[in-house]
Amino acid sequence: MTDAKQPSVSKKPAVSRSLPATGSSPETEETRAFGFETRQLHAGQRPDPNTGARAVPIFQTTSYVFEDPESAAAYFNLQEYGNTYSRIMNPTVAVFEERVANLEGGCGAVAFSSGIAAQAAALFTMLQTGDHVVSSSALYGGTVNQFKHFLGKMNVGLTWVDPDDPDAWRGAVRPNTKAFFAETIGNPGGNVLDIQAVSSVAHEHDIPLIVDNTFATPYLCRPFEWGADIVIHSATKFIGGHGTSIGGIVVDSGTFNWSNGRFPVVSGPSPAYHGLMFHETFGTYGYLMKLRAETLRDLGGALSPFNAFLFLQGLETLSLRMQRHVENAAAVAEFLAAHELASNVTYAGLPTSKYRSLVEKYLPRGAGAVFSFDCAGGRAGGQELIRGMTLWSHLANVGDAKSLIIHPASTTHRQLSDDELRAAGVRPGTVRLSVGTESVDDLTWDLEKGLKRVAGRARGAAGS
Amino acid sequence: MTDLARYQNPLNIQRLLHTSKTIAIVGLSSNELRPSYFVGYYLKRHGYQVVPVNPHEANVLGETCYPRLQDVPVPVDIVNVFRAPDALPGIARDAVAIHARALWCQFGVINEEAARTAEDGGVTVIMDRCIKVEHARYVGRMHWLGFNTQRITSVRSGLQ
Repeated sequence: MTDAKQPSVSKKPAVSRSLPATGSSPETEETRAFGFETRQLHAGQRPDPNTGARAVPIFQTTSYVFEDPESAAAYFNLQEYGNTYSRIMNPTVAVFEERVANLEGGCGAVAFSSGIAAQAAALFTMLQTGDHVVSSSALYGGTVNQFKHFLGKMNVGLTWVDPDDPDAWRGAVRPNTKAFFAETIGNPGGNVLDIQAVSSVAHEHDIPLIVDNTFATPYLCRPFEWGADIVIHSATKFIGGHGTSIGGIVVDSGTFNWSNGRFPVVSGPSPAYHGLMFHETFGTYGYLMKLRAETLRDLGGALSPFNAFLFLQGLETLSLRMQRHVENAAAVAEFLAAHELASNVTYAGLPTSKYRSLVEKYLPRGAGAVFSFDCAGGRAGGQELIRGMTLWSHLANVGDAKSLIIHPASTTHRQLSDDELRAAGVRPGTVRLSVGTESVDDLTWDLEKGLKRVAGRARGAAGS
Repeated sequence: MTDLARYQNPLNIQRLLHTSKTIAIVGLSSNELRPSYFVGYYLKRHGYQVVPVNPHEANVLGETCYPRLQDVPVPVDIVNVFRAPDALPGIARDAVAIHARALWCQFGVINEEAARTAEDGGVTVIMDRCIKVEHARYVGRMHWLGFNTQRITSVRSGLQ
């Protein structure tokens, strides 16, 4: 980088007999550890070799012309990295995959048409019927539905545990347990996972820990640094940030030993590839090769190139948006914590949070921007608040640059029983906020307006 | 604990890949499902002259197989090893004897004594790295499957 005239490696005329070991040669772009803000703009993409295009081209194509029959065979046999069909790989999607993998510190990634599709594929690559999963009970309602009903239908057993209690995880392990699953920051209860403690329990039993890092994003937390084995995201949220596209992604650390005897489904011969053993053949990359070449191929759910392009536009500003998100979230949380009509503000970044020490360890840049609080007046109070607000958008999403509000008991968590609601940290008056990047005074102004309406309703009820 | 980073220098890896022609693969199997076959097939496809070295095979990938490195009749640039780590010291001595430029040991093929032997004999050592993965990383096709190549550059066409 310091010497622009340095010839490229391929043009070097001569090579010394024994090349220098690391440390004795000057830093180049191949050896420098680039910063997060640089990588969110550059990782996964070089200027297009054919056209020089600086932006990531949208390769809106279903399929790819093979050079010759031998090349086609090599691609389908997985002997050569090559494009075959956009249900399995696409050059625009690949930039998105590599960029997220790079930001998370993983060995690679596979993108999907939604976060839920990514999650299902991550699990079904390692599971077969009769297996068992241990999961945090504090999860997004859509994940609870997927685990409880869909995994159940596939005859996969499930044990819900209190994510804050490592002994609960340990006690739930069975001989057929194949995965631990949790969210970095729980939705909507705001619990912070002790990733290191839970991954230690998982590894005691040769089980991978899967972490949904959607609410933290790799800017705030990188679960692989604390022992997680697989990270999944709903890219729909902060990764995009614009609320235009649905998508998801699975990132692999590449460090889990799938050949430990517990995972014949990953390490054993694959009938779909004439007996190929993915973990032995592809090593670090074995799980992701299987995820792409089998699970994505067979379940579908490929991300469209255009949506990948939009997610890449979002990723370029991820750090900038997250800084603003957590700054605004902290201010809104403090406003609510001091408000007489709000209680149980679950923002883990509050000084009074029981997760304070975990936030300091895992989320030093901020505890995300999604949390909940209980509005006075229970279910009716929560609904009145939403009626009274005009800037926050009432909708079922989080992680948009625009501030969002919803009442989980009547929407996202509607399918859950009262017990499941409580386990997920939701009460009748609970309102979930996703704090955006607007002027923060406008956000608290609007909340105050809504809470005044709740107070007015309470007075009206008392006076009638 | 072996300092593996010492044997994984990206500049050494690129220079070797770009300036080598002949790669002797020790332990190359004729079984199409073995990792060594995947690697040999790939390297041959990308224009390298692949020389199988395996006393249990006669011909792999259409190439004559030799029992030992000393039997290979052409100069060898890279000795690529798919053997258990305890076989490595002997292979390192052979690599020095035939004046190979590099000893490239695949994932998990780690042996400090062998690395020292090779380096003392003027042979560059790459260890615990897959030659196919590294080639794909720098030629760029590995990226097509969403793998993290760790590369950051705004140079058109990059280092190829």
